Amino acid sequence: MLEVSKISVTFGGIKPVDEFDLKLNKGELVGLIGPNGAGKTTVFNLLTGVYTPSHGTIKLDGKNLTRLKPHQIVKKGITRTFQNIRLFKSMTVIENVKVAFNNQLHYSLYDRIFNTVKYNKQEKWLHKEAMSLLKIFDLDNEANELSTNLPYGKQRKLEIARALACKPKILLLDEPAAGMNPNETNELMETIRLIRNKFDITILLIEHDMRLVMAICERLVVIEYGKIIAEGTPEEISKNLKVIAAYLGE
Amino acid sequence: MDYMTLFIQQVINGLHIGSIYALIALGYTMVYGIVKLINFAHGDIMMVGAYTAFIFMTTYNQNIIVALIIAVLFCSILGFTIEKVAYKPLRKAPRMWALITAIGVSFFLESTVMVLFGANPKPFPAPQSSLIKIGNLQFSQLMIISLVLSVILMLSLERFIQTTRLGKAMRASSEDAEAAALMGISVNKTISTAFIIGSALAAIGGVLFAVAYPQIKPMMGVMPGLKAFIAAVLGGIGIIPGAVLGGFLLGLIESLTKGFLSAFWPDATLWADAILFSILILVLLIKPSGILGKNIREKV
Repeated sequence: MLEVSKISVTFGGIKPVDEFDLKLNKGELVGLIGPNGAGKTTVFNLLTGVYTPSHGTIKLDGKNLTRLKPHQIVKKGITRTFQNIRLFKSMTVIENVKVAFNNQLHYSLYDRIFNTVKYNKQEKWLHKEAMSLLKIFDLDNEANELSTNLPYGKQRKLEIARALACKPKILLLDEPAAGMNPNETNELMETIRLIRNKFDITILLIEHDMRLVMAICERLVVIEYGKIIAEGTPEEISKNLKVIAAYLGE
Repeated sequence: MDYMTLFIQQVINGLHIGSIYALIALGYTMVYGIVKLINFAHGDIMMVGAYTAFIFMTTYNQNIIVALIIAVLFCSILGFTIEKVAYKPLRKAPRMWALITAIGVSFFLESTVMVLFGANPKPFPAPQSSLIKIGNLQFSQLMIISLVLSVILMLSLERFIQTTRLGKAMRASSEDAEAAALMGISVNKTISTAFIIGSALAAIGGVLFAVAYPQIKPMMGVMPGLKAFIAAVLGGIGIIPGAVLGGFLLGLIESLTKGFLSAFWPDATLWADAILFSILILVLLIKPSGILGKNIREKV
């Protein structure tokens, strides 16, 4: 469904991503791995429109997304989470999720001012949807807490819930296990499995925690210096000499 | 008049002028919250609002309510256009450039009005209103109307920000514009909304100011604009209730030094602005992020 062909980006002579290709099939869970500074997050930024590629195209279900802005790409079906959690800190847990439903609401200022049926209906729907989403992630009891007051693991979960509220076809997870202890990582793996069961979704994730990657990803793409150096199943990759060299240095 | 009456009288005056400062301060704070730009042309939008109302009241013989509505519409369009033409191209440039541009826009508006209408002050045809007397206290009906109108507007804005789709999008964008965009929020749209609402409030502030001090001139926006900016900083820039609090505080301090302190110390009126700015400096020394501001720690 997602077809990325030969995208490159240049920042003043440096090419953090160079002729990068990627194909995601519907329902797949793919890991994007590579040493620090390999260009993984830059790939995410290109896919979500934060950066515009200098070459190449990005297509989702045949539609070209290459020069769209971030909020337009979200509407087409790609959302993400962040390496360092970026929740809206002054908002409550449920408000964080509600904000991400923004595109799915269609009432005008008129409806709000006169408290029309349309407004009330949509706000009710919104509240129900947001609560059921929080329930899936076991966050419904904290719905009215400020998002910053949640423990770390739950903040991660909330970020994923928020991204799912945009109703994406593809979810990008940027180092979801960063800063987690082994228990939290196990819980995260459960969460990711849960997402795959409950939502009809394709996932691409960046991760350094090899235990997680090997356990849940079906396919891995390895990049170094912005180029793909290997692709395959976790077993194939773990035996690939090029990958071992890239990680350990020759 | 005994001191108590004088004090209460000045508190009422302070709330009145403070509500106008608060209206203007809201525009500063909303724009700063999202774009991180001090829009120094904001005080001049207020002046344009007063002039627009003036023209429609004198040349076209409209009553003040019609003139106010036209001023609001005109300033909203003006604010929207200024953002698109002058600030949007500089959105990714260093903030200092945008700040200098804002000062440029400010001069542009002042000069344009000066060329069109001359530099001389003009009397503003504020409607006559009867005085209300309670004991020794006295205030005009217009003052009460102005105060009530401002409060209604501020409460509506708060409801808008808290309960509407666009309002929530504005809150999200002011916290983290990039993350908001990646959750499907059009940041351009929220920025335009902030400028439109800010300019509309400034226009209302301008007309209310002209009613309170019935004289308009091209530079009339400078001092109130600056004071509203101070109000926004005092309350915590980027925080909407902060702007309201700052505005009222500033109005109270100003009118108490001018009208109450001067009963004991004849020179107080001359010192009023100096006292005001000293308080600002003091507050910022103690709490650099403003009264309602949160201290933000830099992420490592």
